[in-house]
Amino acid sequence: MADIGVLAARRPSGARRRAAGGHRGFGIAIGLIALVASAPLLVALSSLFADTGDVWPHLLQYVLPEALGNTLLLASGVALLTMLLGVSLAWFVATCEFPGRRFFNWALLLPMAMPGYVLGFALAAFFEYTGPVQGTWRRLFGDSAPFPDVGAAGASILTLGLVLYPYVYLITRQAFATQGVRALEVAQSCGLSPWRGFRRVALPMARPWIAAGTGLAIMECLADFGTVQLYNYTTFTTAIYRAWYGLFSLNSALQLSLVLVILVLCALLLERRFRGRAQFTAGGRVNPHRLRLSRGRRLAISCYCGAVLFIAFGLPASLIVGWSIDSFAAEFDARYWQFAANSLALASLAAATIGGVALLLAFATRYAPGRVNAALARVATLGYAIPGTVLAVGFFVPVAAASRWLNESPLVSGNGVIALQSGLTVVMLAYLARYLAVAHGPLDSALLRVRSSVEDAARGMGVAGLGLLRRVHLPILKPAIVTALLLVFVDVMKELPITLMTRPFGWDTLAVRVFQLTTEGEWERAALPALAIVLAGLVPVMLLSRRND
Amino acid sequence: MLEISELGHRYTDAPVLDDVSLTLAAGRIGCILGPSGCGKTTLLRCIAGFERIEHGEISADGVLLSSANLHVPPEQRRIGMVFQDYALLPHLSAAENVAFALHGRPRRDSRVLALRMLQRVGLERFAERYPHELSGGQQQRVALARALAPEPRLLLMDEPFSNLDVGLRHNLGHEVRELLGQLGTTALVAMHDHHDAFALADDVGVLRRGRLLQWDSAYRLYHRPADRFVADFVGKGVWLEGRVSSASEVETELGAIGGRMDEGLPAGTPVDVLLRPDDVVHDDDSPLQAEVISKQFKGSEFLYELRTASGARLLSSVPSHHDHPVGRPIGIRLQAEHIVVFRRD
Repeated sequence: MADIGVLAARRPSGARRRAAGGHRGFGIAIGLIALVASAPLLVALSSLFADTGDVWPHLLQYVLPEALGNTLLLASGVALLTMLLGVSLAWFVATCEFPGRRFFNWALLLPMAMPGYVLGFALAAFFEYTGPVQGTWRRLFGDSAPFPDVGAAGASILTLGLVLYPYVYLITRQAFATQGVRALEVAQSCGLSPWRGFRRVALPMARPWIAAGTGLAIMECLADFGTVQLYNYTTFTTAIYRAWYGLFSLNSALQLSLVLVILVLCALLLERRFRGRAQFTAGGRVNPHRLRLSRGRRLAISCYCGAVLFIAFGLPASLIVGWSIDSFAAEFDARYWQFAANSLALASLAAATIGGVALLLAFATRYAPGRVNAALARVATLGYAIPGTVLAVGFFVPVAAASRWLNESPLVSGNGVIALQSGLTVVMLAYLARYLAVAHGPLDSALLRVRSSVEDAARGMGVAGLGLLRRVHLPILKPAIVTALLLVFVDVMKELPITLMTRPFGWDTLAVRVFQLTTEGEWERAALPALAIVLAGLVPVMLLSRRND
Repeated sequence: MLEISELGHRYTDAPVLDDVSLTLAAGRIGCILGPSGCGKTTLLRCIAGFERIEHGEISADGVLLSSANLHVPPEQRRIGMVFQDYALLPHLSAAENVAFALHGRPRRDSRVLALRMLQRVGLERFAERYPHELSGGQQQRVALARALAPEPRLLLMDEPFSNLDVGLRHNLGHEVRELLGQLGTTALVAMHDHHDAFALADDVGVLRRGRLLQWDSAYRLYHRPADRFVADFVGKGVWLEGRVSSASEVETELGAIGGRMDEGLPAGTPVDVLLRPDDVVHDDDSPLQAEVISKQFKGSEFLYELRTASGARLLSSVPSHHDHPVGRPIGIRLQAEHIVVFRRD
């Protein structure tokens, strides 16, 4: 979800408006935000020179090769699967006519509501040895019949692919809706068969959108912690977690983080390259013509869409609802309310903080334009690409160092002990870095719509200063502010690694609860907290589907 | 060359095209004229093969392309199409766009042919530009070059000038006509502006609500419209009530108007007479006077809106050195070589 907003914020650089006066304060604000956001990267870089004793050689020999191989396999598998699912579904929904098309148009976004670790445990429970599928299998074929096993890698790829394909679907569908049918017609009027037209025209034309969507899916996949941890599949994120929580070596965790960040940057560069040199312009209006297919094909397409939706959402959702009902009496107690309250408190606090900073950043880049500030603003929002585990370690280390320094300084020394790293500081900083882009995207594009002529006109009518902000900007920005707050709120509700690794003592949230219970294989008990997370996750999906209708 | 007979097409239940028949001879440029939503784009899409038809036949060069139970797929029709939005492929340069239509030939050949085609439309210097780096007029030319490159048996153009400004439209209209003439290409163009249509086409048809009201030369369409809607659509004019007095004369409140009449209406039939601005001639010596209500300066002429003593409203186009103020009467004379009358119901 994080990144739809990021995509919306991309726009031609020429759109930057002119200066409305020299506001040095805004420039400083941009610089500070950028510094905070890039702190984990700087900390990770500095770990190159740190001494890790004999932990690093151990990691280098036993962990790094496995983590690297697994992460690359996972990323390429998820890229392939999201592309296959996302592009095919987008093509069918955007250009063909088949039973249920209107329903699938928005329903195929539903899997976005489900975090990977939730879909993961639902599928794991359904397909595990004692689960219903294998039970039926044994009844049908006997106890000795081997059940096909996809392994931890296959399970991780399948789960993340099903959760992340909506990124590709959502973005590519837009491209196909405006130019898909027309592309086929052009190809046909040039004498190409429809299938060749699809391969030679429709696909290459949609390449930038496919690349953007797949790029987002890869970022999310590299950042995933909950799913791979659930399947016990060692990637960089789980290796970082174990280096910190298992080996208590912060420096090794930082060094692993550095490698992961390099992977992320490679993925970013690859996506840029794949988008190609030509600048693409979206073809504007949606083409009302749809391809007419034979009855058999129409039904086949409906079945395909239905099957994907069933496995990615229908089945896991009904499993979770069923288990929630079964375990309701046992689980729905004061502790559950405590987890929910913690989730709500963290998410609200994060939404308010990040919304405020994002608003400041949007105004600052507007009134303090220039190449340097624009670049700094991009650095400030780069955190969406950095995995949460990296941010957790990257902020914990400097905050802990600052506390130590404060305690030794004469200011505090002797008057008790300050431990910033055990408060909300680290978790909030990490949320800020990761989700600033989510809030900034809608705010920035809404602010761009307030053209400078509107401001000038208001000034001409004697409205200036705070009055301008109150009477012109805020009313226009209001829907965007609501969207930004909602998106951050839901993302934090679903967030796992940052919350897990840096939450203050006693701040177990619903997500953390799901994680703990699934680690112990308590699928049924995990269902009730998971249900709340999925329900929250539905909100942005509804926002998205309304925006696209 | 192109023959369409009794073509019928419907989308869901409302018929979009109803009993459309026309013939376009080889090498001629035809134009389908009509307001938006009249079905002209659908007609082109049926001919190109993007839509199936329910009734009638479409054939080209004597080969049947569409009928109720036969549908040659568009890629096998050898019919070129210039789409209204040009539909250039954004990921290909101008030359690659043109070469795209020449697939199946060796790469080098198609490149040479594409460049030659771009040269014909005057874009050889822009061959390596991408569509978004070209102006609207240049994109239009690339689209034309792409459609013409494989030497189609028929070229279709959907509102080719609708996205261009007036000056460009005029120039491009001339160029297109010249180019098609050189290549001997048969073309059918959909348009909504009769000026554009008259400048480009040999044969013009007016389509209204899916029915082809008239298919004729531009001259006959203007001067001998078969239908009131056609008469109003292809040019300015006013209707005057009158009564047939003889085989070549109609009596109106402005006196008798003489001229040839197509329909053999019996004397005494109540009719409406069409008076185009060029049928009302300014003549200082004429006893018939009309007051100037408003005027539009058109450069080489004025278009006067006039009111006669009896209250009839007229339009008159007058050479522009006759500048009369609004509110003053001027002398006019009715001069119609051929009078257009329709029986009044």
